Amino acid sequence: MLPTPDTSHVSFDTIYEPAEDSYLFLDTLSSESESKWLSERFKKSTSPSPDSSFNSVPLVVEAGTGSGVVLAFAAAQSQHIFGRQDILTLGIDVNRNACIATRETVASAIKTVQKESSTSGANSNLHTVHASSITSDLCTALRPGSVDVLLFNPPYVPTEELPRLPTESENDPTASQSMSRSAKFESDSYFLSLTYAGGADGMETTNRLLEAIPGILSARGVAYVLLCKQNRPEEVKECIRAWGGWNAETVGSSGMQAGWEKLVIVRIWRQDAS
Amino acid sequence: MKVITANFVTCAVKECKTSAASFPLHFHDAELEQQELDFQPEFIRNVLPRIDWESLRVTANELGFPTLPETKPEGDALNEEQTLKDLHRLLLETQVIEGKLVCGNCGHQYVIKEGIANFLLPSHLV
Repeated sequence: MLPTPDTSHVSFDTIYEPAEDSYLFLDTLSSESESKWLSERFKKSTSPSPDSSFNSVPLVVEAGTGSGVVLAFAAAQSQHIFGRQDILTLGIDVNRNACIATRETVASAIKTVQKESSTSGANSNLHTVHASSITSDLCTALRPGSVDVLLFNPPYVPTEELPRLPTESENDPTASQSMSRSAKFESDSYFLSLTYAGGADGMETTNRLLEAIPGILSARGVAYVLLCKQNRPEEVKECIRAWGGWNAETVGSSGMQAGWEKLVIVRIWRQDAS
Repeated sequence: MKVITANFVTCAVKECKTSAASFPLHFHDAELEQQELDFQPEFIRNVLPRIDWESLRVTANELGFPTLPETKPEGDALNEEQTLKDLHRLLLETQVIEGKLVCGNCGHQYVIKEGIANFLLPSHLV
């Protein structure tokens, strides 16, 4: 089993602690079938190609990184998952603390692999670079057509209300230091609600991300989105196929419950991309 | 925030998406920090096809870097170590720690604090 990135530096007061859904993401991306599919799509050609974009470094983006465990895993295991040592990662979260945590989780996961390969004398060398972590509402700040791999472990729990996005002052690192105990508790609970509360059918945030996919993915782009049973994954896939020119398949699942998988990961990609 | 990020982000305001002036965002009052990183010529060669060169030239000027060549290096120029090293330094080793990214269309300022840029919009712009 490939090592899980270290998140011991992360304070889980406002950040989602890696759980079953996070680990399903790691297992799915590194599964034999998925890493084979991704490697074929993104591997470098050994012969010089007339089309220079063919070898270009893939941009791997995670929306809602939380601790950064999934993005760090993709970064550190890029050879296994994508068949190449050079990917560029970018992390997005609405919680500034999560961005700071992710930056460290990804950097330290890359460093750990680099250190190991230098002590073991292996000639493989990881060049993966973390471009940055930004606070943003999903992919609204990304340039159209720029994302090659989009990862999304959404707030998928059905809730009566969808929490609003944090304001700049709520994200201000100095604000929480001067809070009373009860104010801090309330603020922490609010940030944690952002990690799981998905509104109607648990789909309000996921639907917004899905809508953005055709605009944000590159021609070779692919998205991985986690869904729970209450999100009605079969309907979601049908809906994506109805866009025209898009595929959606379940490529990972866990936790059987009354004959249905509790969690699934759906791969979404363009039909016509060769 | 590594400088390469500026090549992948744009204004988050919906109405700006169709305006050419919203990309690239413009650096103001940028405080930079250099962070040494192993030079990998292959990485730079393979990242170049992804780069919007015109925008990177704008960014380099705004950050006070020497003016980049008018056209993106290709062919033999991709074997010139100094060219690749300069790009490595600009794109991957240079971090923007504090400052703003400003939209050329609507003028909204995205603040960068301790290396984290904030693209969450105030409610009146959503």
